[in-house]
Amino acid sequence: MLGLALYILLAPLVAFTIVIFFGRKLPRGGDFISLFAIWSGLAASLYLFFTQMLGHYDPAFALSYRFDWVTWGTYKLNIGIAIDNMSMMMLVVVTLVSSLVHLFSVGYMKGDPKYHRFFSFLSFFSFSMIGLVLADNLLIIYAFWELVGLSSYLLIGFWHEKDSASNAAKKAFVTNRVGDAGMLIGMLICFTALGTLNLVELKDGVAQGHLAGGLLTAAGILLFMGAVGKSAQFPLHVWLPDAMEGPTPVSALIHAATMVAAGVYLVARLFPILTPDASLVIAYVGGFTAIFAATIAVAQNDIKRVLAYSTVSQLGYMVMALGTGAFTAGFFHLVTHAMFKACLFLGSGSIIFAMHHVLHNIHSHDDAQDMRNMGGLKKYMPVTFWTFLIATTALAGVPFTSGFLSKDAILGGTLAFAMEHPKHWLLPAFGFAAAGLTAFYMFRLVYLTFYGTFRKGSEAESHLHESPRVMTVPLIVLASLSIFFFYAAPAFNPTTPAGGWFATLFPTPENVTLASGRYVSPASSRLGDEAVEPTAEHASGTEALHSAHLEHLAHNWAMLISILVAGLGIWIATLAYYKWKIDPEKWRLRFGVAYRGMYNKWWCDEVYKATAINGTLGLSKGLAWFDGAILDGIVNGSATVTRLFSTVQGWFDNKVVDGLVNLTAMVVGFWAHFVRSFQTGQVQRYLLYTLAGVGIVIILVVI
Amino acid sequence: MNNLTTYLAISAALFLLGVLAMMTRKSAVSVLMGVELVLNAGGLNFVAFSRFGNGSLNGQAAALFIMIIAAAEAAVALAIFLNLYRLKASAEVDKADTLQW
Repeated sequence: MLGLALYILLAPLVAFTIVIFFGRKLPRGGDFISLFAIWSGLAASLYLFFTQMLGHYDPAFALSYRFDWVTWGTYKLNIGIAIDNMSMMMLVVVTLVSSLVHLFSVGYMKGDPKYHRFFSFLSFFSFSMIGLVLADNLLIIYAFWELVGLSSYLLIGFWHEKDSASNAAKKAFVTNRVGDAGMLIGMLICFTALGTLNLVELKDGVAQGHLAGGLLTAAGILLFMGAVGKSAQFPLHVWLPDAMEGPTPVSALIHAATMVAAGVYLVARLFPILTPDASLVIAYVGGFTAIFAATIAVAQNDIKRVLAYSTVSQLGYMVMALGTGAFTAGFFHLVTHAMFKACLFLGSGSIIFAMHHVLHNIHSHDDAQDMRNMGGLKKYMPVTFWTFLIATTALAGVPFTSGFLSKDAILGGTLAFAMEHPKHWLLPAFGFAAAGLTAFYMFRLVYLTFYGTFRKGSEAESHLHESPRVMTVPLIVLASLSIFFFYAAPAFNPTTPAGGWFATLFPTPENVTLASGRYVSPASSRLGDEAVEPTAEHASGTEALHSAHLEHLAHNWAMLISILVAGLGIWIATLAYYKWKIDPEKWRLRFGVAYRGMYNKWWCDEVYKATAINGTLGLSKGLAWFDGAILDGIVNGSATVTRLFSTVQGWFDNKVVDGLVNLTAMVVGFWAHFVRSFQTGQVQRYLLYTLAGVGIVIILVVI
Repeated sequence: MNNLTTYLAISAALFLLGVLAMMTRKSAVSVLMGVELVLNAGGLNFVAFSRFGNGSLNGQAAALFIMIIAAAEAAVALAIFLNLYRLKASAEVDKADTLQW
């Protein structure tokens, strides 16, 4: 088990090391090494999935391997691998999508000058993501979290010759750091209070009441901030649409299926320790993101941007589900969404690939991703069309698809929450509205792309053809995984996941913040209505019964409403973009400001530019001025003063000290000069001096 | 007239003449002649004191020595002059001024 898990984790790392260093020299850029690493990882994951997870069929199944990493005196920091149902499920999702994307990239990236680098980065990403999934410890999760961010940065900026791509990469990186800062503080709160970052020990610590109250709520919300960044929730969602600058397989792998789900995964892992208040914040952030991004997706023309906003919206759904306590539904939507959204992105990649080819052949510089240039592709790309259609129905929530199961479960859970707490009716309203919008914009996309006539003329049309098989096979696999019965087995009930293996293996974990008894949850306060003071056991029993009933009721309503709104969305899209009975232009004008808001992404980027970016720039400029004028002024001032002193001292040294020395020398020299003048070397002169001397002596003696 | 003072006066005159010659003449030979005059002024003093003194012959012996020394000195001096002449192509004493500062 451990060996297998370690193999899944380390194989992509080895592949990354080989391909990044030697890929240029290997045949085919070494892509087969990356492919082998991830496909063998998929095989191992599937083995674990079938033998361990389905083999044990136990919701509480968990294994963990730990070792001491750092010892500080008596404190030991453990790290390790946790293998439970959730991590095995995530392993399958990650390796499956990743291996299909690897395969797709072989076709999509063919001929790219940095082909081998692309594959090494894909391997690196797979390693990081698998590590994130397997970690049993918030610290290790955080480390892999950042590695995932790094590989995302590398892959978004893969075509860094384009300014837009390198800017998008930077934007993604910096925006994520904002969330990660919060996550780090949340981790520090947990560590300070509980002395551990291990997920199981965290849960135990909270259950024993060592961390409770406002601090626990704060820790939950701060940890959630990391998820806000990584899963592109409002207000940190701005990076994800820009991340579409990366190659399309990257968008499918990282920015649709796996990495962005990491935030949801983290929230799901932390689910037991989220207080009701923190959960409420999470639910509202998710719900608002779902509706907010859906409105933007309606007005976009770039095929990948529609999908990007749809991803943001769907991630909002998952987060909302986890916030409202619909754990199973949220995690289920993560899995199903990974499949059909990867299929949609790869399908759009296939379309863009074909469009590139066409535009290249007619020497046009139009945007290959703009849906207004497409149309009628159904005839030329049948495989892409059918797989895309299946994934679209799944995303729109049409019955008999996996998306219907999971979205319905989320909406049902949200509705049950709102029935229990009527003042939070806004959450299901957000959910249903977003469901309708999702159906509308997805069918708008399908109609604009695949139906009607090709808008680039018949000459260009002749260049259209289906993508190679290496690209269509992943589409077929992912599309077939969007059908409900893969998830509903063994119950095969197309309306609810209940009874299926997924719902059985992933029941809602107990929220231990309530068990500590310091919190009075809204749910437990309802017990006051009963005449008899109930015992704890009795109370939880009735409550469970009551909840189950409520959930059942909510589920039926949710299913009805969601089919209605999805049908409405599809119907409007059909009228507007298939039959052209409603003129979209007219409605565009009728909506006025609202349309411009949607088209311009509600001016989020502009607002951030005006506040956060310009604020930071202004602060930097202020600090630069302070540094330049004040600090440098002080330094320069002291230098000037020092120089002044030195000048005075130098003058004193030159004039006074040296002057005295020179004066001494001058006096000596003067006398020497004088005395020297007697020493002429003329014998006769010396004789004269002698005579003069004798004369003086005689005079002295005589006198 | 025949007394000590006269001899001493002549001796002093000789001495002064000798010194004058040594100081003023440029030619080395003339300077040497000046030296001879000074020496002989000394010798004359010895002889005069011997004649008008206590009558011993010591003074006359000293005069004899002075004459011998003068001869030896002349020999040495002439040899120096010869070298000087070789060096400077003249025998004038003011040319020999190398030994100065």
